[in-house]
Amino acid sequence: MLNATGLGGNANRRYRAGKLEKRNTLIAYTFLAPNFIGFFIFTLIPVAFSIALAFLNWNGGALNTITFAGLENFATLLKRFNFTRNELGVTLKNTAFFTLFTVPLSIACALLLALALNRAVCGAKVFRTIFFFPYIASLVAVCVCWSFMLMKLGPVNQMLELVGISVGKSWTQSREYAIWALIIVSVWRNAGYYMVMYLAGLQGVPAELYEAATVDGANGWHKFWKVTFPMLTPTTFFVSIMMTIYCFKIFDVVQIMTEGGPGRSTKMLVNYIYQLAFIDIKYGQASAVAMALFAIVLIITLAQFRIEKKWVNYM
Amino acid sequence: MTTWAQRRKRAYPGKAIGKAALYAALIGLSCVALLPFLWMLSSSLKLDNEVFQYPMRWTPKTFHWDNYLLIWQRVPLTTYFRNTAIVAVAVTFAQILSSSFAAYAFAKMRFKGRDALFMAYIATIAVPWQVYMVPQFIMMRRMGLYDTLWALIVLQSFSAFGVFLMRQFYLGIPNDLNEAARIDGLSEYGVWARIILPLAAPAIAALVIFTFVNTWNDYMGPLIYLTKDQNKTIQVGLRRFIQQYTSDYHLIMAASLVSLLPVGAVFLFLQRYFIEGIATTGIKG
Repeated sequence: MLNATGLGGNANRRYRAGKLEKRNTLIAYTFLAPNFIGFFIFTLIPVAFSIALAFLNWNGGALNTITFAGLENFATLLKRFNFTRNELGVTLKNTAFFTLFTVPLSIACALLLALALNRAVCGAKVFRTIFFFPYIASLVAVCVCWSFMLMKLGPVNQMLELVGISVGKSWTQSREYAIWALIIVSVWRNAGYYMVMYLAGLQGVPAELYEAATVDGANGWHKFWKVTFPMLTPTTFFVSIMMTIYCFKIFDVVQIMTEGGPGRSTKMLVNYIYQLAFIDIKYGQASAVAMALFAIVLIITLAQFRIEKKWVNYM
Repeated sequence: MTTWAQRRKRAYPGKAIGKAALYAALIGLSCVALLPFLWMLSSSLKLDNEVFQYPMRWTPKTFHWDNYLLIWQRVPLTTYFRNTAIVAVAVTFAQILSSSFAAYAFAKMRFKGRDALFMAYIATIAVPWQVYMVPQFIMMRRMGLYDTLWALIVLQSFSAFGVFLMRQFYLGIPNDLNEAARIDGLSEYGVWARIILPLAAPAIAALVIFTFVNTWNDYMGPLIYLTKDQNKTIQVGLRRFIQQYTSDYHLIMAASLVSLLPVGAVFLFLQRYFIEGIATTGIKG
């Protein structure tokens, strides 16, 4: 009797728990629904669709004009592939060049700003606001302003002349300087943003380490390279992933300042996607280039996670 | 043996020089950070032929404040501002509401498929928008949203990033609180509205600024989706202005400066949350 009631109660409880779980799941779905429906329609479906599109031929016409292309889109893009003539090759080379200089320069500037701010006592907040401001300032406004400042008779060339460097042309209209104009603007815009992350990283460096280094007779230079920099590797690692991915996705700065020119000298991957999709209306080829971008971003992410294990000092 | 006083005297000059150098460096760096804005301001008050004068002058001969009146007559800046404000406010509102709601399920409830679904959210943060913007554009056009502000609103209202940010914050709120509230008879919706949401104010503030600034400054979205002048947002509108009045440098600079003001004001008021938000999540939208 006792045994039976015990069992019955248990089963009853289990039954009720199951019902409760079901009810809970339903309630959870109501919480998710407003976001998930939008996310599903406007993000998940396009993501899945973008993979399919890379294997289709479509120039924007009616749905029955779509044909299966197989690897044709990729073959067209890779035809006579090199880094001087082939469009994909040129944009890959430009993007890589841009990334190669923007990432280390931004990191160096961000770290410098953070180190200086970390020591300042008065006005640290004011300086922080000033350094951060370029990041939130409207993109078109600052890009246009920079391209004016980098014009032939603009203030930058005039200032450079004072120290004996003569450029003598508008940066954005010169094949050799245009990409540097983009690098300068990108570093200038992003340094303040990554500075904030470095400031957070610096807060995590224990003061005892500096005290120990002082006892051992280390000077400021040694302290930086032996204590600060190694302790900041998680931040540096994170910032470099974010920066690299940002650089491979660069579009707006280029579109506003140079439109990929002069010639093709500053044309980046995303500018190429934009041109294929919205000017040439070759959706299939545009998606094939987009797949290349996706593959690059994925490889960077995975590779850096691998390296992280060996290199990053988490204490 | 040196006394404390002697040691302090000896250390002092070096330290003072170090401090002075530090502040000199900080001021120098600030000048670099602010250079374009100062030049923008100075040029916006000049005449067009004074902008690229050689040698350059930082202060205009006469201050042409009327440039700031002229720009409103040349281009429909009011329309651009209104459109941008509509999109930015709608997106920010939808984003906060939908992601704070969804994040509650992810952080405080148990249900089947929770972790798999959350992984799908996280994974799409890693997929660049540029990868799927083309199919998204095709879909939007089929839905008849092309060249409407709705396209931009639905595009940015349901970001996975918002859900991620809010969930991370909710995880830091002790479970004892919501469990106690449940025992006291509050429904899940009640727990969300009365317990969790008020505690999440800093995360909401951070998300408001992230979303507002990103939407205000978005260039590629409006560039792809908006063609009619009456639909343009300030970024693409300003771009059109520049292409139309190529050599009216002074007016372009005046319009640029005006376009900076709203977002600059929002930032100055709420920057504390913005900077804390970056430091804790480290990801931008």
